[in-house]
Amino acid sequence: MSVLVLVEHTNGVFKKKSLEAIQYGAHIAKETGTSVTAVAMGNCGNDAMQALGQYGATKVLHTTDARLDNFNSNAYTRVMLAAAQKEGAKVIVGLHDTTGRAVTPRLAARLKAGLVAGAVGYPDLSKGFVVKKNVFSGKAFAFVNITSDVKVITLMPNTFAPVKGEGTATVESLDVAFGAADFSVQLKAVEKATGSVPLSDAELVVSGGRGMKGPENWHILEDLAKELGAATACSRPVADSHWRPHFEHVGQTGGTIRPNLYIAIGISGAIQHLAGVNGSKTIVVINKDPEAPFFSAANYGVLGDAMEIVPRLTEAVKKFKANH
Amino acid sequence: MKILVCICPVPDTTTKIAFSDNNTKFNAQGVTFILNPYDEWYALVRALELKEAGTATAVHLVTVGKADAEPVIRKALALGGDEAVRIDADSSEPYFVAAQIAEYAKGQGYDLVLCGKESIDYNNGSIGAMLAELLDMNYLGFAAKIDVAGNVFTVTREIDGGEETDTCPLPLVISCQKGVSEARIPNMRGIMAARTRPLKVVPPAGIEPLTTIVSYEMPPAKSGVKMIAADNMDELVALLHSEAKVI
Ligand SMILES: Cc1cc2nc3c(=O)[nH]c(=O)nc-3n(C[C@H](O)[C@H](O)[C@H](O)COP(=O)(O)OP(=O)(O)OC[C@H]3O[C@@H](n4cnc5c(N)ncnc54)[C@H](O)[C@@H]3O)c2cc1C
Ligand SMILES: Nc1ncnc2c1ncn2[C@@H]1O[C@H](COP(=O)(O)O)[C@@H](O)[C@H]1O
Repeated sequence: MSVLVLVEHTNGVFKKKSLEAIQYGAHIAKETGTSVTAVAMGNCGNDAMQALGQYGATKVLHTTDARLDNFNSNAYTRVMLAAAQKEGAKVIVGLHDTTGRAVTPRLAARLKAGLVAGAVGYPDLSKGFVVKKNVFSGKAFAFVNITSDVKVITLMPNTFAPVKGEGTATVESLDVAFGAADFSVQLKAVEKATGSVPLSDAELVVSGGRGMKGPENWHILEDLAKELGAATACSRPVADSHWRPHFEHVGQTGGTIRPNLYIAIGISGAIQHLAGVNGSKTIVVINKDPEAPFFSAANYGVLGDAMEIVPRLTEAVKKFKANH
Repeated sequence: MKILVCICPVPDTTTKIAFSDNNTKFNAQGVTFILNPYDEWYALVRALELKEAGTATAVHLVTVGKADAEPVIRKALALGGDEAVRIDADSSEPYFVAAQIAEYAKGQGYDLVLCGKESIDYNNGSIGAMLAELLDMNYLGFAAKIDVAGNVFTVTREIDGGEETDTCPLPLVISCQKGVSEARIPNMRGIMAARTRPLKVVPPAGIEPLTTIVSYEMPPAKSGVKMIAADNMDELVALLHSEAKVI
């Protein structure tokens, strides 16, 4: 019996959202009287793995194989199945990102375990195993009861901020016998986004719409993002016009994000755009049209020309940072 | 090469979502249903392109849904596709849907299964990966570009914070998103042809759902926007720090 958590790292540094997932798992483990086992793959150091204990992991199962350094859904699924079997896992937690969404549904199908994808709350055990999730692209929530013996959850990144505590996890290696078919997907090329923060788990996001006029003005927005340490996003027409890469497109037919702060610049706030961002904790809208629908979904609004306002905001942030 | 495309109807993107029966049911009254955009614009259109290029010999469509799904399926057939199958069951939860499709597809010789990145109603994004497991196929999620040479697919897909390009042999399940193809509009010929294309209805297999939706909730309403003067960005920053506590 244990709660199994799939963790992700970049060159041996565990991602913040994985710490969130461990902490989420630890909460469930406490309520169900069991413990958390994290599963780490590829090249990561012992110290970093032991330190996962600070977020509630008791044990880390580690599978090393150079081929696991890049994500591979067949092979990762194989490792997770081996770990689930070894631990007799009753609950499996992954992230609601491109990695978690490729692996956890496969585990769920293989183990005949009910899946809640995109959880935004802890399971309510008083009514069974009821988990709150996003539905209708952020326009509503559903409470879903998992009725199977084994339960699988993907957690929305940036739902619960990780709090560092005390503790050390023990590290055990997990040997997995891979077959040739586990690596039939072969990596040819990788292109990482220019920003240092992946959009899906960014806490702060600066986003631009057609009001930015063209790609040549994007540096204004990027300067602000850089000053804040924020990721950049855009509306659909912006990606459609190839002003920005399509993985930056948010909304009903793009990514769904829920950062702490979403700054919308020159975006009208169409319902399809709001669907992807209205889970944001605080929304700032900069728009020259007082009738722009986005203002009614915002916490703070600034009326005026983005070309003038955004550089001013960047300066203000710079000043603020110098004093704090 | 035989392709199976998974499609599902979803509420139109402009729908104001509402619930009934004490927030336990989605209120479909007055809601227009459309084909899930990822399924229509990307999965289905790419499948049709592969057939037009001579790579695929057949494109079949499958949906798990009740009779009210049929108008949307007809619309999909008007875009193209040789036949459609409706598995006559409520599309209640991801495992149930994936298992129904897998039971139906097993032994039918599909080499490639295309589905959307996610359905815009339940946003699970899980059916494709589940199908790969249940049908013992390879899986590539979040594809933005799909090319094929012989039996080997080259797929560019979204990963955490960027994109990567992979090659993979058949049989294969791919979930599709923006970039894979350009949306098409059905023409009169397609609409007429769709009438004669078969839409089979098959009974569901005996599969137990593993989750149930207990209730729904609307997000809390915003308390109203606070307007900040355009020349006072210091105030905005101060509020973001002390009031919103986000920086
Ligand atoms: C099925 C479907 C799915 C869709 N999915 C998505 C989706 O996922 N994501 C998405 O974003 N859209 C989506 N859309 C499109 C959506 O309906 C809108 O058309 C789109 O969001 C508008 O983008 P925009 O706000 O950048 O552009 P516009 O609507 O053109 O708005 C530009 C805004 O910039 C303001 N502006 C102009 N100049 C300035 C300036 N100098 N300073 C400040 N403000 C300025 C204007 O006042 C205006 O409000 C979808 C549509 C459909 C039909
Ligand atoms: N009821 C259904 N019938 C057939 N295919 C479906 C159904 N629901 C979802 N799908 C497919 O699975 C994809 C992902 O859906 P989901 O996992 O529900 O977000 C969709 O884009 C469709 O291609």
